[in-house]
Amino acid sequence: MAYPTDLQYTKDHEWIRVTGDTADIGITDYAQRQLGDVVFVELPEVGRTITAGESFGSIESVKAVSELFAPMAGEVVAVNPQLKDHPESVNSAPHDTWMVKIRLNDSAARESLMDAAAYETLVKE
Amino acid sequence: MVPYAGWDMPVEYSGITAEHMAVRTRAGLFDVSHMGQIEVAGKNAVAAVDRVVCSDASLLKVGQAKYTGLLTPGGTFVDDVLVYRMAPSHFMLVANASNVKKDYAWIAEQIKVVGDAAAVDSSSRYALLALQGPASREVLQPLTGVELGDLRPYWFANGEVANARATISRTGYSGEDGFEIFVPPNMAERVWQAILESGRAADVIPCGLGARDTLRLEAAMRLYGNDIDESTTVLESGLEWTVSWDKQDFIGRDSLVEERERGLTRTLVGLEMTDRGIARHGYPVVSDQRQIGVVTSGTQTPYLKKAIALAYVPAALAAPGSEVEVDIRGRASRARVVPLPFYKRSR
Repeated sequence: MAYPTDLQYTKDHEWIRVTGDTADIGITDYAQRQLGDVVFVELPEVGRTITAGESFGSIESVKAVSELFAPMAGEVVAVNPQLKDHPESVNSAPHDTWMVKIRLNDSAARESLMDAAAYETLVKE
Repeated sequence: MVPYAGWDMPVEYSGITAEHMAVRTRAGLFDVSHMGQIEVAGKNAVAAVDRVVCSDASLLKVGQAKYTGLLTPGGTFVDDVLVYRMAPSHFMLVANASNVKKDYAWIAEQIKVVGDAAAVDSSSRYALLALQGPASREVLQPLTGVELGDLRPYWFANGEVANARATISRTGYSGEDGFEIFVPPNMAERVWQAILESGRAADVIPCGLGARDTLRLEAAMRLYGNDIDESTTVLESGLEWTVSWDKQDFIGRDSLVEERERGLTRTLVGLEMTDRGIARHGYPVVSDQRQIGVVTSGTQTPYLKKAIALAYVPAALAAPGSEVEVDIRGRASRARVVPLPFYKRSR
């Protein structure tokens, strides 16, 4: 799977798609392959403020639990309602399945983000 | 591929969920050659085996196998094994890969006092393939002259599979009908390919460690190292049915009799999560924020699609319907004790 160029990526294998002052966050194809069949996604409450690098939830497969880390800081304005009953969409469409939508705050702090080419190099190693 | 008890093994081939469902609805093929085999033979083989296991080996017929415990003097598990009676004075114990050396050393030492019996670690002589699922029989029958319909569960027969010398036993670790096939290691690949070829029409697929674990958990089969070990007694782990109380004497008997008289303080039960969340190995079972037990195995399983677990809880909370909580990474989530097994195949 090619990594979409309209996303930015973290070393923890999350992606972020920024649109104006909001952004969607999910996990990459590499991450979903490592995890295996996703069975449960634990997401934060709407209204919660998360800081860059902070754990905002967890994603569970049959064999393991992984924490989800925020690529950028912001306030959670929505969580994907589809994930409650269809967590497997993370496996089938990782770059199209958003987990949380945040309103970006003014904080300049952010995790170092990579573009698609840099991320692809990272996961090829 | 991951290292497992000194072996390099696949967690999955096509995905844990797909493999698990294949076994529940069709059939799947596992390479479980990592399991060990310890053979005990000699004039006093029966007495020797009877000394070290908690079931009555003398009651086994030739061709019959039984699940039993290899116990410490405290009535806890050195290992859980399947004992096969190969001949009147020849037994084979199939042991967990991680315990083979330990089991062999223990058995060899403990049977000395019996005399006229010897133990051999013959693990290198056997490869073991497990074909599990409702379609197992129809897939395996064309490859062997052994009449599989005559083989009852926990019985075995010698013969051949794909022209390789084989022992076929109607046993498994999945909760489904199936066969475990012992072959010489140099025949393993050929037999593996032959079974997959024969199973092509039924869409039989290879299955790895991940599905092996989710399948056995739904069937509430214990996993050594998780649910049972040298600190858990046969009685607390819910395996009293393996104990032959009438047997003369065996290592661990006195401790178990004492425990039975005293009553259990804790016991292994099945849990089903009622709050969202998945209970996993090591998570505390809590009540009023105090830890009262521990989860030994747990996950969300593909067939039942529920978060289930095995856990030790105080004996007072062991009745199905009892409500407990599991600490899932800092949050107390509610669970309910349910009867075991979680899944039982329809016959």
